[in-house]
Amino acid sequence: MTTATLSQMLQLYVFVLAGFVGYQVISKVPPLLHTPLMSMTNAISGISLVGSLVAAGSGHDQTSTILGATAVLCATINVVGGFVITDRMLRMFKRSDRRQS
Amino acid sequence: MRDYFIQGTYFAASVLFILGLRGLNSPATARRGLVYAEIGMLLAIVGTLVHREIIQFEWIIGAMVLGSIIGVLMSVLMPMTAVPQRTAISHMFGAIAAVLVGIIEYRLHGAELSTFTVGALGFEILFGAITITGSFMAFGKLQGFIPSPPITYRFQNPSNILLFTVAVGLFLYLIYNPGATSAFNLLLAASLLAGVLIVLPIGGADMPVVLSLLNSYAGLAAAATGLAISNNVLIIAGALDGTSGFVLSILMSKAMNRSFTNVLFGAFGQQEGDAALVGSTAGDRSIRSTTLEDAAIQLAYTRYVIIVPGYGMAVSQAQHQVRELADAIEKRGGEVRYAIHPVAGRMPGHMNVLLAEANVPYDKIYDMEAINEEFSHADVALVIGANDVVNPAARLDRKSPIYGMPILRVDEARNIFVLKRGMNPGFAGIENDLFYDSKTSMLFGDAKSSLNKLVAAMKDV
Repeated sequence: MTTATLSQMLQLYVFVLAGFVGYQVISKVPPLLHTPLMSMTNAISGISLVGSLVAAGSGHDQTSTILGATAVLCATINVVGGFVITDRMLRMFKRSDRRQS
Repeated sequence: MRDYFIQGTYFAASVLFILGLRGLNSPATARRGLVYAEIGMLLAIVGTLVHREIIQFEWIIGAMVLGSIIGVLMSVLMPMTAVPQRTAISHMFGAIAAVLVGIIEYRLHGAELSTFTVGALGFEILFGAITITGSFMAFGKLQGFIPSPPITYRFQNPSNILLFTVAVGLFLYLIYNPGATSAFNLLLAASLLAGVLIVLPIGGADMPVVLSLLNSYAGLAAAATGLAISNNVLIIAGALDGTSGFVLSILMSKAMNRSFTNVLFGAFGQQEGDAALVGSTAGDRSIRSTTLEDAAIQLAYTRYVIIVPGYGMAVSQAQHQVRELADAIEKRGGEVRYAIHPVAGRMPGHMNVLLAEANVPYDKIYDMEAINEEFSHADVALVIGANDVVNPAARLDRKSPIYGMPILRVDEARNIFVLKRGMNPGFAGIENDLFYDSKTSMLFGDAKSSLNKLVAAMKDV
């Protein structure tokens, strides 16, 4: 059993600092955009795709490849679907001066 | 060289994600922000694909193409009213990916894993599995194939706490014995079960908190994946999503004047019993129901109307009719604004998206704090399918279960019209004094057809 290496400790720093940045940024999002915010962060959290790609493509064994490919499938649905729906929503938000008739 | 390229794309992706989220602080910059985030994701994917470890591409490409098709179809074909359930199911897919990566990692390395990595994997499995089943339950409740009212049973909280303790115990055991495959499997099973049990007692009106919380868990699972496989972009993106969901759940809990734990441990289920005692008796009071024609005449000559939409508007998909009515009022010289309670609907910002879909300009849509002072100047407050968020008992009746919850002060308007399906009490099971107010006129029926008739009747005035 080994303990955390130095680089792993640095990863914890990254995690906590990113959390603080997130808190600052998210607190400034107006309630008007809370639904797009949620679907956009949802799409971003599909970043597990990165891990899934490595797992599926490393050619470990049949089971790992199938599990990995399933992960890629799910993560892609998450990423692509999340971005498309966010775009569809944001497209709809308009100010009154740009309104037709 | 290749490693620098990969790390470079991850670094750029992390910055772009943050810039993308920052874009959301105003509707004017939001789409640019989305493009930043999309470029970031693309970079991260490209960077990963050149990874030396990836040697076979057939499965990856097949899965990505299929996933893209499903993702696009799901997002393009779905009506805007279904955004909450789509968000829930999307959380589930993301969490499945995170959990599968964790399982693969554990299958391959198991006993050789360091304490740190096993700890990260444990978190990944815990949060990921809770998100999978929790999101599926939320999806089911929103879609209607799982009953939406809270499902409660005896010893619910004690058994949930027991399950949680077991999961934590397994987690600790696994850290000290990374090779204990059965502990890993049991942790997965316990977490999956916990996701189901956490969402069972949660009712429709609490969905905004639950969806935010699952959003947060999905992010934390991704961040834990990053810690487990030493990948900074996963850690950063996951942390951003984790805090975002967390901030939203706190905002939503505040908007209901309830604590996190209060929402999670099914307090409304218990309060329903009390509500029967507390809720004022309806028997001796009269409701004024009005005809569409009378309402149309009044709306035609009114100067200032505030429209208060609620979940009822989403259920009957009446957002376009709401806009048509507002147009008719504006054509006659009246002013129309929209007042949105933070927890109106089933997810944060639900009403805003529906109104935006119906081409309501966002500068006419006001948050609760911005509009509450305005109700006393309004000639008419038009409540469409909202109930608890306009219940004056939250402000006036100390004994009410929702006392202290911030509400829209609709009762201060000169006249109040309430479009409502019937006299059923709201989710909280509490009588709403607003409906018995002498200034209130009730228009019973489906919101969509009532609004259609109102618009038609206004043309004849």
